[in-house]
Amino acid sequence: MTQASPDTATISLPIGSDADLAWVRQRVRQTAAELGFGLVQQTKLVTAASELARNTLVHGGGGRLEITALAAGPNRGLRLTFLDTGPGIRDLQQAMTDGFTTGGGLGLGLSGAKRLVNEFCLDSRPGAGTTVTIAAWASGAPSPRSGAG
Amino acid sequence: MNSRPFGDLTPVPVLALGDVLLVTLPGELHDGIAEQLQQDITHRIAQGNTSGVVIDISGVEIIDSFLGRVLAEIASAARLLAARTVVAGMRPAVAITLAELGLTLPGLHTVLNTERAMDLLASPRSPAQEGT
Repeated sequence: MTQASPDTATISLPIGSDADLAWVRQRVRQTAAELGFGLVQQTKLVTAASELARNTLVHGGGGRLEITALAAGPNRGLRLTFLDTGPGIRDLQQAMTDGFTTGGGLGLGLSGAKRLVNEFCLDSRPGAGTTVTIAAWASGAPSPRSGAG
Repeated sequence: MNSRPFGDLTPVPVLALGDVLLVTLPGELHDGIAEQLQQDITHRIAQGNTSGVVIDISGVEIIDSFLGRVLAEIASAARLLAARTVVAGMRPAVAITLAELGLTLPGLHTVLNTERAMDLLASPRSPAQEGT
């Protein structure tokens, strides 16, 4: 088992198979635990990561995850960026709607993941791939969130 | 492919205790193994002599929408084959996360532990337990 480096360098993990999804879940949990996330916070973040990594695999045709540790004063956080170069999402609003699915799931992947984290950003264009960035903080979001959604 | 500690693709064992099938999910479950388990359980029920299925998830650290769907579909297929499914031992952190995720798992009967699951399945069927 490799040890996560103590510095805040970005870790990049491939997402190309079921085994990679398992590996993503393990690494995200391990990193969140090291940063002081509580058990419920870890579970929420790992669940969100699992949803998004599966989207990258199933809809994006594979890609990668970048894990970056964040710091805001004493508060520690984690940013996860899921990147693929797949077909992209044609209708972002529809894709974010609860219950909408093209993949035979429950249609809660994107919308559910958004509910489980402090920050969520989705960037996708047809033919240009999809990037989803989420962030979560060990002691909650560091600053009051503005109305941006 | 490099070998990883999470590359285990062994099927999940399905044990028979009398007329109840007992399945203990591992902490980390690959999507493909979960789908295979769904088929294994359904086929075992169809062979006869199964009135109930207990799925012990006390070791499961996360349930995402994929695993949630698999569990719901196992229960749904079992019901069509006249067997009841009980999911036992969900961790508190998993329950909180599922609630926030919005995953309600309709039709899935949950109990706190496998002992209660066995008690429930030993009891006569009541309409309330049949689900909808």
